[in-house]
Amino acid sequence: MDLTPSDEQRLLRDSAERFIAETYTTKLREKNAAEPLGFSAAIWKQFADLGWLALPIAEDYGGLGGGAVDVGILMESFGKGLVSEPYLATVVLGAGLVAEAGSDAQKQELLPKVADGSMLLAFAHAERAARSDLARVETTATRSGDGWRLDGAKIAVLDGRAAHRIIVSARVKDEDNKLALFLVAPDAEGVTLRDYPRLGGGQGCNLTLADVKTSIDARLGSADALPMIEAVTDRALAALSAEAVGIMQTLLDKTLDYTKIRKQFGRPLSSNQVIRHRLVDMSVACDEARSIALRAAMMADDGSVARGRAASGAKAKIGKGARFVAEQAVQCHGAMGVTEELDIGAYFKRLLAFETLFGGSSHHYRRHAMLSGR
Amino acid sequence: MDLTFSAEERAFERDVREFIAAHLPAETKRAQSLTPSVFSDPEVIVAWQKALNAKGWVAPGWPTQYGGPGWTPAQRWIFETQCALAGVPSISPMGTKMVGPVIIGFGTDAQKNYYLPRILAGDDVWCQGYSEPGSGSDLSSLKTRAVRDGDHYVVNGTKIWTTHAHHANRMFALVRTSEEPRQQEGISFILIDMKSPGVTIRPILTIGGDHEVNQVFFDDVRVPVSDRVGEEGKGWTYGKYLLEFERGGGIASARLREALKTVAAFADSDMTGHAIDDPDVSLRLSEVEVDIDALEMAELRVLSAMQTGQNPGAVSSMLKLRVSEIHQAITRLGVDVIGNDGLVVEPMRPLYTLNHEPVIPEALLPVVPKHLNGRAYTIFGGASEIQRDIIGKLVLGI
Ligand SMILES: Cc1cc2nc3c(=O)[nH]c(=O)nc-3n(C[C@H](O)[C@H](O)[C@H](O)COP(=O)(O)OP(=O)(O)OC[C@H]3O[C@@H](n4cnc5c(N)ncnc54)[C@H](O)[C@@H]3O)c2cc1C
Repeated sequence: MDLTPSDEQRLLRDSAERFIAETYTTKLREKNAAEPLGFSAAIWKQFADLGWLALPIAEDYGGLGGGAVDVGILMESFGKGLVSEPYLATVVLGAGLVAEAGSDAQKQELLPKVADGSMLLAFAHAERAARSDLARVETTATRSGDGWRLDGAKIAVLDGRAAHRIIVSARVKDEDNKLALFLVAPDAEGVTLRDYPRLGGGQGCNLTLADVKTSIDARLGSADALPMIEAVTDRALAALSAEAVGIMQTLLDKTLDYTKIRKQFGRPLSSNQVIRHRLVDMSVACDEARSIALRAAMMADDGSVARGRAASGAKAKIGKGARFVAEQAVQCHGAMGVTEELDIGAYFKRLLAFETLFGGSSHHYRRHAMLSGR
Repeated sequence: MDLTFSAEERAFERDVREFIAAHLPAETKRAQSLTPSVFSDPEVIVAWQKALNAKGWVAPGWPTQYGGPGWTPAQRWIFETQCALAGVPSISPMGTKMVGPVIIGFGTDAQKNYYLPRILAGDDVWCQGYSEPGSGSDLSSLKTRAVRDGDHYVVNGTKIWTTHAHHANRMFALVRTSEEPRQQEGISFILIDMKSPGVTIRPILTIGGDHEVNQVFFDDVRVPVSDRVGEEGKGWTYGKYLLEFERGGGIASARLREALKTVAAFADSDMTGHAIDDPDVSLRLSEVEVDIDALEMAELRVLSAMQTGQNPGAVSSMLKLRVSEIHQAITRLGVDVIGNDGLVVEPMRPLYTLNHEPVIPEALLPVVPKHLNGRAYTIFGGASEIQRDIIGKLVLGI
């Protein structure tokens, strides 16, 4: 047992923290939000140069071979700066699915480009009727001519507009409705994309696929994709959990500073016992979140039951803690917290998006219970 | 004890229902349902207020001699409930529920004759100038100064979080007219013309993306002494009187119940993939509904006591606390019910002027902004921590 970070991990943390503190300022974040794709291409290039895009990609495909813990270190810093670059969509989900499901040729083609920053990916999986059920997909794939034909509607596709390839999940009619993944170009005929600014930063889009034709090799691998989707989603949950830890910590730090400085009735807000106890409870929630997020990252490559329990457990527990920390941070700031005068609201919104993404706490407690045989 | 209404009261209920059906414009109803801010814009209310005013129903709490309808508590209850059921927008409380009662209680005849009819008709849009950057919970530390110069006060300073200052042509404000050893003394209650030279307004966006509050600056603004309400230096008493109005005595359960019904309807629809099938959602819907039942009974207990001329006592001071918490539980449930669609931000305001087809069903657009703006409920009008201090002191004697 040893939970001390390696030298590489320490270096990674230092460079990420420095980048957020020095480069990724509030001003830059606000400028990014006004960009057509919701993030900055120049920053993405810097991510590539720093080796962050290559981090979890296997060395055989131009990557650094890092694991979920390394990604977590990066994501925690991203949370502190409310980074809106599509790291989750492209690197964690997109490259993760290619690595998990793709053929060697597909990996050779795509992963080095993700690592060098020239290929952006997105994952189109969720559908309105499915809510958070990963197994529920109604989009269909049928053989057509010498390729595939896709039909269906997807929602909540993270950063789909920016992607060069969108990975679409669909049921293959001729193969017993087996779940499969397809690489689709966003400008392919029959694809309609409605994008929107996403709560808390970045973009999202809804996608309709009407008689969309792809080549035969657009399918990622050929095995049943559901276990792979679950594995990659669990890794995304671990990454998001680490990001949430960074956001929660920042809200705690800001609230601590504010309540020490803001005076009412001739004394700092933090001198009132009810406020002091609340700050303590917030810090306990942050610390617990840090523990459970680390656990999810360290178990990201375990067997599906242990991995799923750890990932869903983290998502569920951090969801509750995040809600508490976010709401109390706003409350302790008074009217300052519910307006755009400070960036408390921006952090609040990002945590609300965290709670929503891939299902809320009750969904994940239920999954945890099911995986535990209850 | 009896929870049912009398035959006359049921007849009144019918009258109210018919009046609403005949006078509430459909577009008003739609605009109201698509309003995520705390208060509705004046342009949403104007047609409805005119209809109410013609009927004499704008200010249920006012004495008849000033234009109140002279309703019993039960009738006020029925009116509020029917309005909630029909999705009627609330008339701005700043005129009828805040400055109106102060003018009625402490104003001169000239002030009553001039201002009260204009409040009823909606000719004046009022805003409340209490909070300042340095004075929120500790309101009586306020610093905006009004210095006497002949028949005028000269006002300098700033107010913040002023709801609808950008719509308002009048502000009622607490200002310091003299320095006294106790900070609650030396404060006066004055009425300021927002079009006066020296008034500037800086908009402030709320967390939900709405322009509802502002900062207002006063730079040598001249206010006639005749626009002071009550005695000089006694403004704190009047202001507190009004805050009591802002906190308790309302009838909120009916509107909360409708808000919960809306969320339940979303949950029971294709729009949300039938979120209601999630046992957690149906459980929480019941939990909040029972909270509303308890709140409704508390409100009825207050009304019943008032009806028989008793002092409602402790229960009314707890209502603000519970109303704000229940409101937040409902908006939160809304966010959980709409799931992934909550990620969609529609920046257009007002939402009801949206001229393109939204990415998600139109009815779902206000859900997240309402939740975000709803965090303000435990802050404005005395934050929950301060309410608890008051209840502890006044009710529990600790
Ligand atoms: C949407 C909105 C609309 C508003 N509209 C108006 C308006 O029209 N006109 C107007 O005058 N004002 C308005 N306000 C201002 C509102 O009344 C103040 O926000 C409120 O009084 C709290 O003051 P503050 O924001 O300065 O918070 P602060 O007083 O700084 O308090 C911050 C936090 O500390 C807590 N706190 C403070 N003192 C103590 C204590 N002694 N013990 C324990 N906890 C404490 C508070 O409860 C709060 O949680 C509005 C506010 C909002 C959010």
